[in-house]
Amino acid sequence: MDIIVCIKQVPDSYDISWDKSTGSLSRQSTGAILNPIDKNTLEAALTLREERGGFITAISMGPDQAEEVLREALGMGIDKAILLSDKVFAGADTLATSYALSCAIKKINRFDMVICGKESYDGVTGHVGPQLAEFLDLPQLTNSTEIAVKKNKVLVKQKIEDGYRLLEASFPVLITVGKNINQPRIPSMEDIMDAYREKMIDIWRGEDLNSNTEGFGLNGSPTKSQSVYVKKLEKGSAEILKGEPDVTAKRLVEILKEKGLL
Amino acid sequence: MPENTEKFGGLWVIIEQRHGKVVKVSLELLGEARALADTARSNVTAFLIGEDVAAIAEELIWQGADRVIIAEHTICRYYRTEVYTDIICAQAKKDKPEIILFGATCMGRDLAPRVSARLKTGCMSDCTKLAIDSGHLVATKPFFGRDLMTDIVCPVKRPQIATIRPGVIELTDPNRSRKGETLSYDIRLREDDIKVKVAGILNERSNNLPLEQAEKVVAGGMGVGSKEGFEMLKELAGLLGAELGATNLPVDEGWVSEEFKIGQTGKTIRPKLYIGCGVSGAIQHSAGMIGSEFIVAINKDPNADIFKLADYGILGDVNEVIPAIIKELRRQKGLA
Repeated sequence: MDIIVCIKQVPDSYDISWDKSTGSLSRQSTGAILNPIDKNTLEAALTLREERGGFITAISMGPDQAEEVLREALGMGIDKAILLSDKVFAGADTLATSYALSCAIKKINRFDMVICGKESYDGVTGHVGPQLAEFLDLPQLTNSTEIAVKKNKVLVKQKIEDGYRLLEASFPVLITVGKNINQPRIPSMEDIMDAYREKMIDIWRGEDLNSNTEGFGLNGSPTKSQSVYVKKLEKGSAEILKGEPDVTAKRLVEILKEKGLL
Repeated sequence: MPENTEKFGGLWVIIEQRHGKVVKVSLELLGEARALADTARSNVTAFLIGEDVAAIAEELIWQGADRVIIAEHTICRYYRTEVYTDIICAQAKKDKPEIILFGATCMGRDLAPRVSARLKTGCMSDCTKLAIDSGHLVATKPFFGRDLMTDIVCPVKRPQIATIRPGVIELTDPNRSRKGETLSYDIRLREDDIKVKVAGILNERSNNLPLEQAEKVVAGGMGVGSKEGFEMLKELAGLLGAELGATNLPVDEGWVSEEFKIGQTGKTIRPKLYIGCGVSGAIQHSAGMIGSEFIVAINKDPNADIFKLADYGILGDVNEVIPAIIKELRRQKGLA
């Protein structure tokens, strides 16, 4: 079974700071990591390959440094890594990202399954899976917590508000997974070293995907972030009760009673 | 991007119903769409899809719809991406709505981006506020897990598509004298052509109210310290008739499950009473609870941000204060 996994490098959000003087996001100190759910995404693909054989290709779109997350994926055991890196991809919203990924997947051509994380840690939109499925004309099985392959069918357990649904589809198919689907393996030091020393990463540019690059990057992005601002959440001054727990607890219960909240 | 803002008009709300009952966020959105339509001199369409759902149409009109498009068919018994996408997009290509709103539920988050890709337009997800400015929908959403908000627009492409978090818009009262029209949508899809089958549904029967609807919530943060600590909170919640909630980290630690998470990546609540126990008040959590009416904070750190949000605070260790509150409540209830 040939599987394509889409992964993303995300900023470690704890390093992001808001620059009040310029009104912009300051990212100088930003560390970059593999989107946490994508470890589960890769693990899901590796598990399926162990069960059924096949070939796993990981794709990521991003600047040259996004190569790091593909090295991590190679360290975990995937077979091939492709980085979509070109300035024509820059500034892409989710639609332009999905479009570029769909062009790359069409170029790969041979696959049975595409797996994406259900959302990224930085954008948290959850758009790319469904949008990519649309561009590839594939059925989408989102928010999966289990994947099972039976003959020529795939079954997933999809988490919804009040429980789960079992969905069934034929190949090829696009699946998005959540964090609770599995426990991702941790690659050995040796495998990580190999991923850096021995493995190749293919770099694909815009024109490798499509001679018409209009759908890529900022140009192909219908949505724009028009402003970013700090939202102050403050209510005013709380009355703070101090002292022995027995005393403060009693006082709180009295207050709740007075307010009709008991 | 090529311009296509002409000739588009009207706001659509995609209605989500489960077992013939409208999901609350759909009603919240109808009220919001009504308000936006009144300012922009536009109209509101509720798009109702399902099997045997026509009876719901009236409620949608009371809630603010000028017309209801009803797409009824056995093929729509269960929500399926392909079926709903086909129906919505076929009608959207004909009617050219300016805005299509979805609840940011499991269904909305699955469906809205797919619809946006088919209509080759932008999708703005998980918004907490909507406005119309200079003819554009401005969708506000929290950004990057910090105290940052961003306003997103889709300036050129139409329709403008957005998903809105449940619970962020206050539900308006239904106006039972409102009148509107209903139209039926002729479904021509064949079951054999649909690629995904629903092979089963496993409901998790729960006696608890969904967090979003709870009148009282007791939420725990890292200060609770352990899984056992959350058992103590459960007891407190039980005595108060409250539901349990949590911040991100206790969920990541596995002390409580995902469905209890409140905040930017969890649920948005607006209860009458919120008690934060060992909650620091980081934006990831507070963005989801700031709509609470009466906020009590219990924390041993006098500088914790939660005190800035609270109406009442108790300075102290949750593992000492909560047992004392439990004891007092039990005493009052004669449970001693």
